Amino acid sequence: MLSVHDLRVSYGAVEAISGVSLEVPDGAVTAVLGANGAGKTTLLRTITGLVRPRSGRVAYDGVELTSLRAEEIVRRGVAHVPEGRGVIQDLTVDENLRLGALWRSDRDDRKKALEEVYELFPPLDTRRRQSAYTLSGGERQMLAIGRALMARPKLLLLDEPSLGLAPLITAQIMALLRQLSSESGLTVLLVEQNARSALSIADQGIVLALGKVVVTAEASRLAEDEDLRHHYLGF
Amino acid sequence: MTRMPGPLRFAAVRHGLVVIVLAAAVAGYTQIAGSFADFQLAQIAIYVMAIAGLTVLTGLNGQVSLGHGALMAIGGYSAALVMQHDPNGHLPLAVVLVIATAATAVAGGIIGVAAARLRGPYLAGATLALAVGIPQLAVARQFAHTLGGEQGLTVRSPQAPSFLGSSFSLEHWLSWICAAGALVVLFLLSNLVTSRYGRTFRAVRDDEIAAALAGIHVARTQVLAFVVSAASAGLGGALLGVVTSLVAPAGFTLVLSIALLTGIVLGGLGSIVGAVWGSILVVYVPQWSTDLAHSLSFSTVMGSYFAVAFYGLVLIVVMLVFPSGLQGGIVRLWGMAASRVRRG
Amino acid sequence: MHEFVSFTLSGVTQGMIYSALAMSLVLIWRGTRIVNFAQGAMGMITTYVAITVVDRGDSYWWALVIAILAGVIIGGLVELVLVRPVESKPPLNAVIVTLGLLILLEAIAGMVWGGRYRSFPPAFSVQGVFVGSSRINLSPFDIFTICAVLAVMVGLLVLFRWTSIGLRMRAAAFEPEVARLLGVRVGRMLTLGWALAAGAGSLAGLLVAPNVFLYPSNMDAVLVYGFTAAILGGLDSPVGALIGGLGIGLALSYIGGYEGASLETIGALVILIALLMVRPEGLFTRVAPRRV
Repeated sequence: MLSVHDLRVSYGAVEAISGVSLEVPDGAVTAVLGANGAGKTTLLRTITGLVRPRSGRVAYDGVELTSLRAEEIVRRGVAHVPEGRGVIQDLTVDENLRLGALWRSDRDDRKKALEEVYELFPPLDTRRRQSAYTLSGGERQMLAIGRALMARPKLLLLDEPSLGLAPLITAQIMALLRQLSSESGLTVLLVEQNARSALSIADQGIVLALGKVVVTAEASRLAEDEDLRHHYLGF
Repeated sequence: MTRMPGPLRFAAVRHGLVVIVLAAAVAGYTQIAGSFADFQLAQIAIYVMAIAGLTVLTGLNGQVSLGHGALMAIGGYSAALVMQHDPNGHLPLAVVLVIATAATAVAGGIIGVAAARLRGPYLAGATLALAVGIPQLAVARQFAHTLGGEQGLTVRSPQAPSFLGSSFSLEHWLSWICAAGALVVLFLLSNLVTSRYGRTFRAVRDDEIAAALAGIHVARTQVLAFVVSAASAGLGGALLGVVTSLVAPAGFTLVLSIALLTGIVLGGLGSIVGAVWGSILVVYVPQWSTDLAHSLSFSTVMGSYFAVAFYGLVLIVVMLVFPSGLQGGIVRLWGMAASRVRRG
Repeated sequence: MHEFVSFTLSGVTQGMIYSALAMSLVLIWRGTRIVNFAQGAMGMITTYVAITVVDRGDSYWWALVIAILAGVIIGGLVELVLVRPVESKPPLNAVIVTLGLLILLEAIAGMVWGGRYRSFPPAFSVQGVFVGSSRINLSPFDIFTICAVLAVMVGLLVLFRWTSIGLRMRAAAFEPEVARLLGVRVGRMLTLGWALAAGAGSLAGLLVAPNVFLYPSNMDAVLVYGFTAAILGGLDSPVGALIGGLGIGLALSYIGGYEGASLETIGALVILIALLMVRPEGLFTRVAPRRV
């Protein structure tokens, strides 16, 4: 289980996260929702060590993450698909994917993971040798998720996976995340502005506003509660 | 800022007063010091011109130049060439200096037009090529006849005016000329810095896009900074030729360009006052290095390497420890000490 | 005609050396967005290391190996100690640090080995080989120079294209933050990049030394040539560095041959300025649509 306790993060004088505590249960999909500037991206960046918090704790499976560097945190089973997907455009599809597992020493399992990812995403399989910048937005998202899966993570963090994608593609990606969680017990922490599609697959919803948690509830309840939706989620 | 009384409200008047005080101090100092001190004073004055010019360019306008030694060479060679075409010495020294300064300003303008399109490491690399390449011109067979090759050109020394008395030495007179040149440069640059132009220089340094949006012609400002900076370096170079009565490629090596850079880094990258004491250090360090080498019974050559090593160390250490320059670092240390005292 | 062929051959040989130096500048630029103005001086120091080994009576090859290893170690140390602290600072800080290192290394060389010009022994004869009955301006040492630089280039190509460490290095250079999220130890990759680059720079220093003599500032002009070659090739492109080096080598060889060697630095200056004015992104850079 990932638990965040009283986390505070600031950029200079501006506080982006002001005392967030939350828990992400294992094997479920948790959606963190909120408007632009609510602190969603900062939350993910702090969990994976790209940003140092001013105070507070982040623990995963009992290990304190805030003292670890980003490149160590992925070794603890936490993979992060960053905002804008972070596909390395100068590398090929195959190179991007292989990069995701290079820290693991088991060469055979790395090969196996690669084939599994290609099986999961057939469009990538046909473009192994192409540069990543030739891919469409949806394919890039597949590549980014596939690359994160190469690490065989237990917890997958995604920052705005629907950003810039057509609704149909977004729905496919969301369905895939649901499937990964249900079938292989992957824990998913999803940050989204697109609350409607995120809640459609999530078990739990957490709403951030101005750097604070304002609501934590079952996703279905959050989707049904008209007041909450109007007030915080704008739909 | 508190309101100053009467004419002191004008920056130019304040700068003028400081210059007059400094001039009096220099004149007094040369009366009591020996002829070696005269030579050192002349050297310091020459470095002040070049380093203050470089401060305006790099510190205030944000354009790095690793090639100011080459601009000094242009000034020095211009003065020597003018003197060669005036074998009887009809032209007063002041006219020669003005011509040399103008020639370097023109060269600076040309370089500036190119530099205005370059940023960061690209500009650094291009000006480094300038520092390495320009002195080679004198050696090239096509120009060696005019520019004197490795031997260089001799530069005529001026005579001290007779009304100063027969005991007034040439070294003395040269140091006065250089000091006067430095004070003129300091006065003009200080006024430039506090003027509207100084503000546009800084605006361009801080944010080119914002400056352009505010109606500042960025490229023109950058070229102007290069012209002003080159003119200062050119005057320094011309006077260097006059003081050493020689201009030769070996006098304008890459080490000279880097010594100038060391001067502005020591002076805090952007303060004209800092440039003055940056210059003092740059002149005294080789002196101290030679003394140190002698006291360790090394040769004088070893001493010159000590000095060069010092420049290198200064550049590295200041950038790692006090990225805002030594002046900034000392100001910060002062601040820390002062607040500790206040907290008791 | 005979003259032209002769200048062309020496241009190719010199060009390969400039390519090696350009390559080391490109490697460092790709990884850290810093132009290492001390690259030439680092090559000068390692050449002094090599000549010390030769003076002790050891073979040229042993000296070559030690010099390149010394370069690798110096490069890595420089990145760790001097460059790491300024990587996140404005570009001017890195420029000043590498320039300070350039002058510091020259001073150290002067203190340790003295300032006099020394001849550096080539590995092979510098007499031109015979083609038929006429001697051409291509010596066994020239051939060795060309082969050595090509071997280093091919080695680097293999490393970057086909090994996992190379993949990690490329990822660290292109997208350091993403690379960290994927478990790449970016800091180590940058250190390694500087180390490899300095190794290539050492080779350039060794190969150029028989031509220009060895003295503390012997690489100043060569650095300018290497930088010009790197700019010609686009500063970002290893293939560009090779082609840029050859281009500069040929251009300078013609200038030096027809107009006199002292004009070579001026020639490089003119080429560099013209290039930066007309096409600062270099002639061989793929202008790819980056980031959408």
